Amino acid sequence: MYKLFLRSLISVLFLLGFSLNANAEFKVGFVYVGPTGDHGWTYQHHEGRNAVEALGIKTTYVESVPEGADAERVIRQLAQSGHDLIFTTSFGYMDPTNKVAKDFPNVKFEHATGYKREHSNVSTYSARFYEGRTLLGHMAGKMTKTNTIGYIASFPIPEVIRGINAMTLAAQKVNPDIKTKIVWVFTWYDPGKESEAAQALIDQGADIIMQHTDSTAPVQVAEKAGVWSFGQASDMQRFAPKSILTSIIDDWAPYYVERSIAARDGTWKQQDTWHGLKEGMVAMAPYNSAMGSDLIKEVEQLQKDLASGKAHSFTGPIYDQKGNILVAEGSVADDGMLAGMNVYVKGVEGDIPQ
Amino acid sequence: MIKIEKRNDVSRSIYFLTPILAIFLTLIGGGIIFYILGFNPIEALKFFFITPISDLYGLSELLVKATPLCLIAIGLSFCFKSNNWNIGAEGQLIFGGIVGGGVALLFYNHDGFYVLPIIILSGAIGGMLFAMIPAILKTYFNTNEILVSLMLVYVAKLLLDYLVVGPWSNPEGFNFPETRQFSESARMPILFDGLRIHAGIFITLITVFLSWLILYKTYLGFQIKVSGLSLKTAKYAGFKGKTMIIIVFMISGACAGLAGVGEITGPIGQLHRNISPDYGFTAIIVAFLGRLNPVGIIFASLIVALTYLGAETAQIFLQVPKYTGQVFQGMILFFLLGSDYLLFFKIKFLGLKKNEL
Repeated sequence: MYKLFLRSLISVLFLLGFSLNANAEFKVGFVYVGPTGDHGWTYQHHEGRNAVEALGIKTTYVESVPEGADAERVIRQLAQSGHDLIFTTSFGYMDPTNKVAKDFPNVKFEHATGYKREHSNVSTYSARFYEGRTLLGHMAGKMTKTNTIGYIASFPIPEVIRGINAMTLAAQKVNPDIKTKIVWVFTWYDPGKESEAAQALIDQGADIIMQHTDSTAPVQVAEKAGVWSFGQASDMQRFAPKSILTSIIDDWAPYYVERSIAARDGTWKQQDTWHGLKEGMVAMAPYNSAMGSDLIKEVEQLQKDLASGKAHSFTGPIYDQKGNILVAEGSVADDGMLAGMNVYVKGVEGDIPQ
Repeated sequence: MIKIEKRNDVSRSIYFLTPILAIFLTLIGGGIIFYILGFNPIEALKFFFITPISDLYGLSELLVKATPLCLIAIGLSFCFKSNNWNIGAEGQLIFGGIVGGGVALLFYNHDGFYVLPIIILSGAIGGMLFAMIPAILKTYFNTNEILVSLMLVYVAKLLLDYLVVGPWSNPEGFNFPETRQFSESARMPILFDGLRIHAGIFITLITVFLSWLILYKTYLGFQIKVSGLSLKTAKYAGFKGKTMIIIVFMISGACAGLAGVGEITGPIGQLHRNISPDYGFTAIIVAFLGRLNPVGIIFASLIVALTYLGAETAQIFLQVPKYTGQVFQGMILFFLLGSDYLLFFKIKFLGLKKNEL
């Protein structure tokens, strides 16, 4: 009994010493929803972490943290073990992040894709992925022979609907007969479901496949079936070398580096960040030469215009499926409207699951 | 020549000591794995098994994690003891969560001491009804309960998906697949400020006590044990097999439903798609590691819960891959089954004799 007491005393003292030591050094923690090797969402956040680590800043990550009851414990442990800045990289960490932030006012928290900033030490950040979708739409409209674009969607949240709409609007601009067919898979990562969805869309006549899910399955199915595809989140070119036209890349590295330095130097402030092509948070993988140099030039120009603000993904007139006007001619959708987008534009088939 | 013989005289104390041996072997095996991965094995094991529970918060988290595992495993022990293979506790947990969560949403912004008990009760009934499906199909239509209960897990998951995406999604939640946060009256009371341990632990302890009472002090418990040892004997003794099968599934489902409702009213506080990180499946390991014995299951649930916490701590402090936690769970089960085999069977190494060939 005495020994047991002594031993636990030692371990407590050790821990105390450890946390004191840890406090001396600036550390950044990352919480991932998937494994670092998913080649999609988490992989890109991990790349961002590597960029921070390359600066000589100590970082820690915890992967595959379920979005249920476990998230709060992991975030709290990171805060408790001397991490000064913590990135929580999935929507489902929104409430746990805010809850832990309340108890650790000296630790900074950054939550990806959420909207709650309940305490002054919580920032949120996300990327304007829809700008990339506009480029995909332009390419899809030009490349399709069947005028049918297959779109694998995850959840009917504004971010996903925004992507569908941006893509459809851009495709319509270059090809008025375009139809967007959607399969909802209700998952972010399920290679099996994603393959089935891709195959179903191809069977329905789609000769372009794109997805708002994270695995490489859709581009692989497209490669096999001989239809065009686009990569999502990271450059998926090596999984479909012939058929992939480009990939939308989530590049978190510049943001993570900037925020880590700010937190280290004491200049970190709460903010809500929504960066796009301009800042480089959304980037495009090299374009497939099979598109032809004319189309590549067009797309590169459009990419520049979107980045400079000369072009906008949601420029009026935009109509919903019933023909009601959403954005008037000559104006563009404001961020408030984009953030809460919950209707399809004209040309998208089907209804949003409610 | 190797000859395998059944042992007839297995001592009871060794039978209950082998899980401890299995854990010990797992520690050694784990140390070797850490060493191969390039970590100091002693340090890694310390971060894995000691650091997570070296403060009050850690201990509370251990209990939070062990509570659902223990509840489900207790329920499963009724099924497994009587040779009924309920593999679908995960589905029963989710269905219990759905029913309990639905009631919680019904009582949104409604105060009253009776709200929480109604939610808990409805969750248990939900799980119970869901478990009766494989039981009734088995008793009256001779279906295989392993397949039916397993497939129903997917039914429950899809139903939950449908509800949180569609009709039950938070009206102010931008269509994100989750419900509202339940009102305070629908949440499990927290036992200590700043810790997450909640009143669900009392439900678990009461359940453990009741199950011990049923298993060892009642006629039903006797029936369950006899059926588990020999179905023929049970029939010969005139036990009503069908009723017993349905009852064990009901108990098992109610426990899983309680676990589900404990999670959503406890640490989670709402319904979404990830209310359980496969507790229903992990509890199968817990049930067997605890020798289907109520007290054994308490210890087993704590140990398995610790492998989850340990995997997180080891990754935070040493960046050990997170999946080592699952490797540890696998190793415990492997060593347990391995030592069981040696416990029940004797392996005789016989020299090669000419006249035997």
